[in-house]
Amino acid sequence: TVMAAPVTNDQSWFFALALGVSFLKCLLINAYHSTDFEVHRNWLALTHSLPAAQWYYEATSEWTLDYPPLFAWFEYGLSHIARFFDKEMLVVQNLNYASPATILFQRLSVIVADVVFFYAVKECCKCLREDKGKDLLGKPSFILTVLLLWNFGLLIVDHIHFQYNGFLFGVLLLSIARHFQNRHFEGALLFSILLNLKHIYLYIAPAYGIYLLRCFCFTQSNADGSLQWRSFSVVRLVTLGTIVLSTFSVSFGPFIGQLPQVLSRLFPFKRGLCHAYWAPNIWALYNIADKNHLIVCSYYERVKFKLLDINKLPKASMTGGLVQEFQHSVLPSVSPLATLICTVLSILPALFRIWHRPNGARGFLRCLVICALGSFMFGWHVHEKAILMAILPLSLLAVESREDARIFLILSITGHYSLFPLLFTTQELPIKIFLMLLFTIFSLTSLKTLFRKGGALLNPLEATYLLGLIPLELICEFVYPLTVWQKTFPFLPLMLTSVYCALGVTYAFIRLYISLLTCSDSTKKIKTQ
Amino acid sequence: MENWSLFSLCVLLGLTSRWAVSFHSYSGAGKPPMFGDYEAQRHWQEVTYNLPVHEWYFNTTNNDLNYWGLDYPPLTAYHSLVCAYVAKLLNPEWVELHASRGYESHSHKLFMRATVLFTDILIYIPAVLLYCFYFCDGFSKQKVATALCILLYPGLILIDYGHFQYNSVSLGLALWGILGLGLGWDLFGSLAFTLALNYKQMELYHSLPFFCYLLGKCIKQGLIGRGFFQLAKISLTVLVTFALCWMPFLSDPKQPLQVLHRLFPFGRGLFEDKVANTWCSLNVLIKIKTLLSRETQLFLSFALTLLFILPSSLKLLSKPNLWQFKLALVNSSLAFFLFSFQVHEKSILLAAFMLPLLVKDGLLLPYVVTSLAFLFLSLYLLSHLTRTNEPLFWYFPFLVISVATFVWLEPPAKFPDLFPVLVSILSFLHFLGFIIYFNLVQLMEPQRKKSQKKTN
Repeated sequence: TVMAAPVTNDQSWFFALALGVSFLKCLLINAYHSTDFEVHRNWLALTHSLPAAQWYYEATSEWTLDYPPLFAWFEYGLSHIARFFDKEMLVVQNLNYASPATILFQRLSVIVADVVFFYAVKECCKCLREDKGKDLLGKPSFILTVLLLWNFGLLIVDHIHFQYNGFLFGVLLLSIARHFQNRHFEGALLFSILLNLKHIYLYIAPAYGIYLLRCFCFTQSNADGSLQWRSFSVVRLVTLGTIVLSTFSVSFGPFIGQLPQVLSRLFPFKRGLCHAYWAPNIWALYNIADKNHLIVCSYYERVKFKLLDINKLPKASMTGGLVQEFQHSVLPSVSPLATLICTVLSILPALFRIWHRPNGARGFLRCLVICALGSFMFGWHVHEKAILMAILPLSLLAVESREDARIFLILSITGHYSLFPLLFTTQELPIKIFLMLLFTIFSLTSLKTLFRKGGALLNPLEATYLLGLIPLELICEFVYPLTVWQKTFPFLPLMLTSVYCALGVTYAFIRLYISLLTCSDSTKKIKTQ
Repeated sequence: MENWSLFSLCVLLGLTSRWAVSFHSYSGAGKPPMFGDYEAQRHWQEVTYNLPVHEWYFNTTNNDLNYWGLDYPPLTAYHSLVCAYVAKLLNPEWVELHASRGYESHSHKLFMRATVLFTDILIYIPAVLLYCFYFCDGFSKQKVATALCILLYPGLILIDYGHFQYNSVSLGLALWGILGLGLGWDLFGSLAFTLALNYKQMELYHSLPFFCYLLGKCIKQGLIGRGFFQLAKISLTVLVTFALCWMPFLSDPKQPLQVLHRLFPFGRGLFEDKVANTWCSLNVLIKIKTLLSRETQLFLSFALTLLFILPSSLKLLSKPNLWQFKLALVNSSLAFFLFSFQVHEKSILLAAFMLPLLVKDGLLLPYVVTSLAFLFLSLYLLSHLTRTNEPLFWYFPFLVISVATFVWLEPPAKFPDLFPVLVSILSFLHFLGFIIYFNLVQLMEPQRKKSQKKTN
């Protein structure tokens, strides 16, 4: 049915969606929050009470400052508003202080900071190539807005678990939007600022570097898309360099004397290969291969020789919650250097590809997602929250191309499911299930409707894999806790979840690579809408 | 997008808001010795599980009626019994006779909230979905929007998941009754409504429209022949349902009398607390509570209720169609609320004016959020879909200002109850206006527009 134009102006739906999700976030103020809440409270306290020179030396709390200086300045700014809510939260010694006013303030700060994210989403909608739809619910911009504003991962990580990712991803998406709009200087500036807010975005810096060098510093390409060496613009390179360097100097300037200390806080390599809840990446599969061997071996050994005590064999801390060194028992151990090499190797083909045949801003975005995903797959001490760095930018591509929509569905559903262990309390169980269903049903049906020409979006194997998440959830969260093994192998559900999701993530990674390496020039690109 | 996916999104949004509200505090949390409605429900589980049926409504050594005695009809008691069995499985301490008084714990709160969610999903939400699907005119988008608005209705969410009650059961059953009548399944509708009545006696507010509609329909079909047959079938259904529900209490004539005595406590006054009806508002000017004797009060409230209910019921009797039926429901419930005896604020379940009750329960935050969201959403959606310039837009800032005033300003010391009373009086005037308006609409039947009337 065709609906006549609504009474109010065309953009009111955006406002309604933004307001709606903000209301939902407000309702979640009283939900469970993780130790990250205390982390940020501690940073509010130490930036407020101590002079800048001591910020990176302060160690009263175990949650030391491990974000770059600009974020510390952000916390400093927040602390001045925090004063009006509850002065006690700004005392460094008040460890684990969580009065109602503190909770209200911190939660509200995340909700308000999300305004940056809203603005970025609006800008991204403007970059869509085609935005026609029979009715509002079929418009790509509407679908993209919901996929981003109501993203399940962002909601539960930011507004329950507690972090400031909305605001940070807002800066990232804004930078991407600026590149789409050919405002490259702004894009570069925003990205430099982002790097100085949270250095995890170094994962995608190679994509930026290669893209800007290839498409911006070389002002023209030949007719067939290859590099035109003579079009190199020194001016642009120097300007870009100035922007980046000046951002870094503003950020690190006050800390130039303590640079080694700051860097050691930012890059703590003492932590283990895997975070407490294994991120669903290659190392999860690697660990399983190792553990399987270990479990099989130890059982065999125990039965056969009755000698080896299972506790004597080295094994990782599986009981969750703590971060430790991980020694592989049978397969060779993995060092930080090895992961770095693996990561670089995994993203190199993509970087080569956009150097050779850049596909404009869309090629850059695809390469960015691959860099994020590659680092997620092979990186050292990856947290499963990092999957959001791949899912959110991929949403932009998902509403424009059929293949990307399919990859997005697989990646987002498995990626979001892998976040379930973050909310392990019974009280939050219905919320995470309802919200997950909400996002999944919406993304499935809206993308299916958008790309209805050309058959089903997911092939039967993919659909079965995704449906398999339902029994997995039932087993891990409902059946398993009632069995005997809960006491002896409490880590098993987490392991199962990680491994199952790692399969989906790996599959998405491979498909994404294939789509990057085989896609033709942007001018000849087949429109699949 | 397909209908089923849109409807499921609405349901999921409704469920999420409900559960998120349940994170907050409940009535009487941490307030011994009496606590609140939450403790009342827990106590009823304890009583129904541990004591034999004939002691449930009586004052015995084991059952102190002064401490949250049962004052709802038997179906509530049976529901509590079922919950108690589950509670016993999970943690027997929750329903220990006497020892579990005032029991409060995080896991118990989760259990209680879960019982509300369960009955909501089982009874209320399917009824809402079917209602929107079958009985809303307009495009499918309008049906979905209506479903969303009803599911996000803050009053019900806050009372059931915040304060703590099981209104979704009685309202859901009543809605099934309306559905039944609307689809022409009179027997099913009567059965559902009788069950609703046996769950909460408050449903009496809706009983007269049901009665008049069915009677009118039968009369239309001819009192000799089909109509009479139909009437007999309906009456039989109702009587059998009542008998089944009250069966354990029919062995001894004292039993049903005591139950009725608990259900309709005429011993208590004309009203308690601040409620937005006539008597409370009138009391500000003339102290009727003390001026008139209890018999006169009873008679006055009965007479006025009847007076306000009669026109609408008679009209329905003469013209038994669905539109009249819906309007009569509104008029009847408003009339009962405004004029009957011992009315509680919860009877109106209208969001904006529940403020005093909810602030007492520490539910200010979810109240503000859900009400604002609801107001914004319904104004936005309905204005889009009906394409009118709703004059209600001015309402929004007005309500916000009044809420703000109530929360942040301190009342003058001479009149500590000033704000609750003002809110009550204001609401009362609104309701008076509503009842007059809706009665006029029902009686005069102005030209009905194509757009859907939201009357329930």
